Amino acid sequence: MAQHNDANKVIGKSVIRTDAVAKVTGRAEYTEDMHRPGMLVAKYFRSTISHGRVTDIDTTAAVQHPGVEAVFTYKDVPQNVFATAGHPFSLDPHHKDIEDRLLLTGNIRCLGDEIAVVVAQDELTARQALQKIKVVCEPYPPLIRPEEIMAEGARQIHQGSPNIIGEHRYRCGEVEQGFAEADHIVEGDFTTAMVQHVHLENHIAHAYMDDMDRIVIVSSTQIPHIVRRIVSEALSFPLSKIRVIKPFIGGGFGNKQDVVVEPMVAFLTLQMSGRPVQINLSREECMLCTRNRHPFFLKVKTGVMQDGTMVARDMDVISLTGAYASHGHAIAAAGGAKQSALYPRTPARFHARTLYANIPTAGAMRAYGSPQILYALECATEDAARKIGMDSVAFRLKNIARQGDINPLSKEKIASCGLAECLEKGREFIDWDRKKREYAHHKTGPVRKGLGVACLAYASGTYPVCVEIAGARIVLNQDGMVHVMVGATEIGQGSDTVVAQMVAETLGIAYDHVRVVQAQDTDVTPFDTGAYASRQAYVVSNAVFRAASELKAKICRHAALMCGSDAADLDIVGGVVIDSKKSARVMALKDLAIDSYYHKERGGQLSAEVSYKTTSNAPVFGCTFVDIDVDIPLCKIKINRIINVHDSGVILNPVQAAGQVHGGTFMGIGAALFEEVLIDRETGYVYNNNLLDYKFPTFMDIPSLHHDFVETFEPTSGYGNKALGEPPVITPPPAIRNALLDATGVHINSLPLSPHVLFTHFTKNGLLKSRGEQHV
Amino acid sequence: MTGQNDNGFTRIQCTVNGVPRSLFIDVRKSLLELLRQDLGLTGTKEGCGVGECGACSVLVDEVLVDSCIYLAVWVDGKAIRTVEGEARDGRLSPVQQAYVEEGAVQCGFCTPGFIMASTSFVEKHQGQEVSADQIRKGHAGNLCRCTGYQNILKAVEKSLKP
Amino acid sequence: MFDLQTYHKAGSVEEAIALLAANPDSRLLAGGTDILIKLRHGKSGFAELIDIHGLAELRSIRKDAEENILIGSGTTFTDIIESKLLQRSIPMLCDAAQSVGGPQIRNMATIGGNICNGVTSADSAPGLFGLNALLQIHGPDGLREVPVAEFYLGPGKVDLRRGDVLVAFKITPENYAGSFGYYYKYAMRDAMDIATIGCAVSLKTAASKVSDYRIAFGVAGPTPIRCPKTEQAVLGRELSAELFDCIAEVVIGDVNPRTSWRAAKDFRLNIIQELAKRATHKALQRALHPAGQKEGETI
Repeated sequence: MAQHNDANKVIGKSVIRTDAVAKVTGRAEYTEDMHRPGMLVAKYFRSTISHGRVTDIDTTAAVQHPGVEAVFTYKDVPQNVFATAGHPFSLDPHHKDIEDRLLLTGNIRCLGDEIAVVVAQDELTARQALQKIKVVCEPYPPLIRPEEIMAEGARQIHQGSPNIIGEHRYRCGEVEQGFAEADHIVEGDFTTAMVQHVHLENHIAHAYMDDMDRIVIVSSTQIPHIVRRIVSEALSFPLSKIRVIKPFIGGGFGNKQDVVVEPMVAFLTLQMSGRPVQINLSREECMLCTRNRHPFFLKVKTGVMQDGTMVARDMDVISLTGAYASHGHAIAAAGGAKQSALYPRTPARFHARTLYANIPTAGAMRAYGSPQILYALECATEDAARKIGMDSVAFRLKNIARQGDINPLSKEKIASCGLAECLEKGREFIDWDRKKREYAHHKTGPVRKGLGVACLAYASGTYPVCVEIAGARIVLNQDGMVHVMVGATEIGQGSDTVVAQMVAETLGIAYDHVRVVQAQDTDVTPFDTGAYASRQAYVVSNAVFRAASELKAKICRHAALMCGSDAADLDIVGGVVIDSKKSARVMALKDLAIDSYYHKERGGQLSAEVSYKTTSNAPVFGCTFVDIDVDIPLCKIKINRIINVHDSGVILNPVQAAGQVHGGTFMGIGAALFEEVLIDRETGYVYNNNLLDYKFPTFMDIPSLHHDFVETFEPTSGYGNKALGEPPVITPPPAIRNALLDATGVHINSLPLSPHVLFTHFTKNGLLKSRGEQHV
Repeated sequence: MTGQNDNGFTRIQCTVNGVPRSLFIDVRKSLLELLRQDLGLTGTKEGCGVGECGACSVLVDEVLVDSCIYLAVWVDGKAIRTVEGEARDGRLSPVQQAYVEEGAVQCGFCTPGFIMASTSFVEKHQGQEVSADQIRKGHAGNLCRCTGYQNILKAVEKSLKP
Repeated sequence: MFDLQTYHKAGSVEEAIALLAANPDSRLLAGGTDILIKLRHGKSGFAELIDIHGLAELRSIRKDAEENILIGSGTTFTDIIESKLLQRSIPMLCDAAQSVGGPQIRNMATIGGNICNGVTSADSAPGLFGLNALLQIHGPDGLREVPVAEFYLGPGKVDLRRGDVLVAFKITPENYAGSFGYYYKYAMRDAMDIATIGCAVSLKTAASKVSDYRIAFGVAGPTPIRCPKTEQAVLGRELSAELFDCIAEVVIGDVNPRTSWRAAKDFRLNIIQELAKRATHKALQRALHPAGQKEGETI
């Protein structure tokens, strides 16, 4: 689609990211750095039980505490319920997110639920005042486990709404026939833990009024334009009078694809006569009271032929969304769709239910349901391969998606697919065949060795479930450089950098002559729904390519006006307008620019703006290969070598792409071996909402991370690129589980594979004697 | 607030990125709060407030500390280095330059703390043979959620080269 | 801001003792890596502080004329790691210091604070138990010496009376000279973590036999503990594979770990048995190959 002139080649180069220098010097401004004089501090008063009702609240002493400006309780807030998920608005009333939130609540649905808020002159005063609020609660039995949540007569966590908030099924192909004809049927039950994003910058936002009736919100968000709409809904306040600014953001991973503190700061500034009010969640609050990854309970049944063909698959999934719906059932639905994308020729049926529970709320998190689903599927695939005694890689090569396959669920033809090549590359890197033979001799004794593999399919956005809209505006400056405004949200993933590369490539100018405006400002930047679903580079590419092409045409037309040649013969190469017919230099862009601005009759400010809806969704693929040691007595897994290989179309910036893969692999290893939000199954109490007890891997816990790409060209995107941000997190956990199985013969179907879990299973399977008297 | 001080405030002398300062400070403040609120040095970040993430790392008399659990009064008579002081005369420090070149920066929130940890590590190990495990151990007090530490490792290795 | 109620800076140990006596509800603040965190979390009992941070008289590692090794209570873990004297004489304490937190914490946290907070997971405790360290405590009535094992009165409770300041740890030559030790920390992560189990072994060998053997644990009971039955069983035994099985078997009788949300008792017992063997093995390696000994070596 894009015509590339080699001299303009910027795509595929590891240019330095646009914000690297600002970040290494500490000059990049994040929300907390944009402190306003006289800013008030708000802090939530939170529940200490996980289910119940406030029967009495006394804030008198808190109000009287010196330095306190105001205290609001659940009785003082607007009573219009709103949904918080950072989804585009849906014109289909049946496809709307569940509206179940108020700014504050007297109905307690999880530990840390927000009952009141103190506004004070400073943080310490606010914390002191919180101690003085007295509350009486009537506790209800917490509903934590699926069976008790779905039990007949169980209390509705949201009165008037069923505890099952979403349910759906799909079916592709002749599943029953497949099971009837299968040589073997392999079944397994799987669970995945609740994990947390743990972006380094906690949730933070402040709001003030810059006029009598306009609210400005500065927030660390992935979705500024959606924040604007949801705040408008929550407060019944006109959207056009709300301005959302997103400065630099210290990571999100989906947790900031939700509207969390913004409606409250907007409400508070309205209450406080427009004075600036900030909420800066502590790490403990952020880990307890924002969003998490949905824990899943899955059953997978696979029918397999002796020749290695998977002929039927059945999946039944329960997902816990916690106290509030947030992204709700969309997570299980999105995850469930990956079976048909990864194994399109296998008949499959899927059933999923999403439940409320008195546990912290789950929302969007990197790869949106796929880590849970593909954990179960890729464990089940491994079990099927082992059942027939076939090599794990060969088995996958037989069943995986190939270019030209039709995805039976979306009915779309897979236009680009390099998964088989990914598997070949990974197999070679990890030295699979040789090590398989070698490790056969390491299946006894205290330290055992194993290899594992897992595959993934993912998408490049949310279409056709949601609209995929992106906007780009490019302005030629007086000196021949350009400024670019996009609605795409830079959250650390490097989207501004690849946008600059795209503009430079298409326009024919140097990368460092492109300035992408970093801060999003809904008053100014074009509309885009934000950073999620690995959509940004894919969806924005279509808008940027068109805008840059349009601006280029305008520039060439102006050059034609200036020099009397035919605009069709003109091109821009290296910042210079050339006549491609004569291979001659026409003029430097800066000379053209100054003419377009200041010539008294011709020209003007040359710019182009495109808002574009992408109506395709390119599937992406990848895999993880891992080589591990298992120390049986210590119940620990050591990763000797790990590689993720991805087909993400054309790689726009290899160093940045590597960074996404490393980061995802790291987060996947965290989920595989270390991380779990520990919730008491009786009380709903959360034990480890801090960085000491939530085992986020340190530098010492992570091995060297390897990556590789299989570059395909995706015709539906502006530059041949496809999604990459989320997929790398998906496959490390099943690959590691499969390697553990390879090393020990022990099937563990849960996450994380922590020492505690290994101990239980090793003891149960006789690898360790109970009461610790191990004999290996 | 009582004690041997002026109504909870006390005067301290220190240098901040080479500049001598005389400050009248609330003794309840952390060094992080002193830097961010009183001195406007917002490059240093708070990620947890309890010494678990390292985002607030600075050097005090060349010792790497978490400024969130370091009382501001403790810098009396000492020299503080923060991320803002590392680039001089319009040039990035070698550590900063290596981070930029190796793609060791993503969201950037942990970066100022990491830059100071690496600066401390590199200055301590200049001219020595250093293993990857030593680098890991020397940066184990700094958490990063974006990079998997891989490109940070490369950046530190690059900064150690003369 | 920390919610401090009173704050006094002590210019000397003497002054600290006087301030403690005058402010009965106050506590000492040294490295801050424990106290300031508790203060930030709003735990009661930490709002009145007497600051002994950085007192030079508390920060030293030296050998006296009687060959006792004296470690000041204000010595940081980094000081311990970098001490040539300890690297040479008691590397087990360097292992323990290496295992604490991360660099920033090791630069600030003091060995005195690690012991005075009374927690069973203190990484420096098992080693000090094995060394029969004596705590030199200055109080209003002068100096007293308390064996580390007697200092721990219960979880979070230590033998510090009003006006007491722990000034140093004394390790006498019969407890370290000719001994080889190792501290093995087991935690969920390799840094920034609390010990699930910590195990220190120090031993002497003579003529292929164990002539002295001490084994101590953190988190194997409400306080750090020594394991007398295991020590008794090992003493005088030949170095052999069976010795390790014996250690693993007997050590169960010495320990009493509990189930908490962090780890179950059975799991901890399994780790205790394994660490007892592995720490002994590591200490023996040091005893048999003292020249090749490397500081802070991890397994």
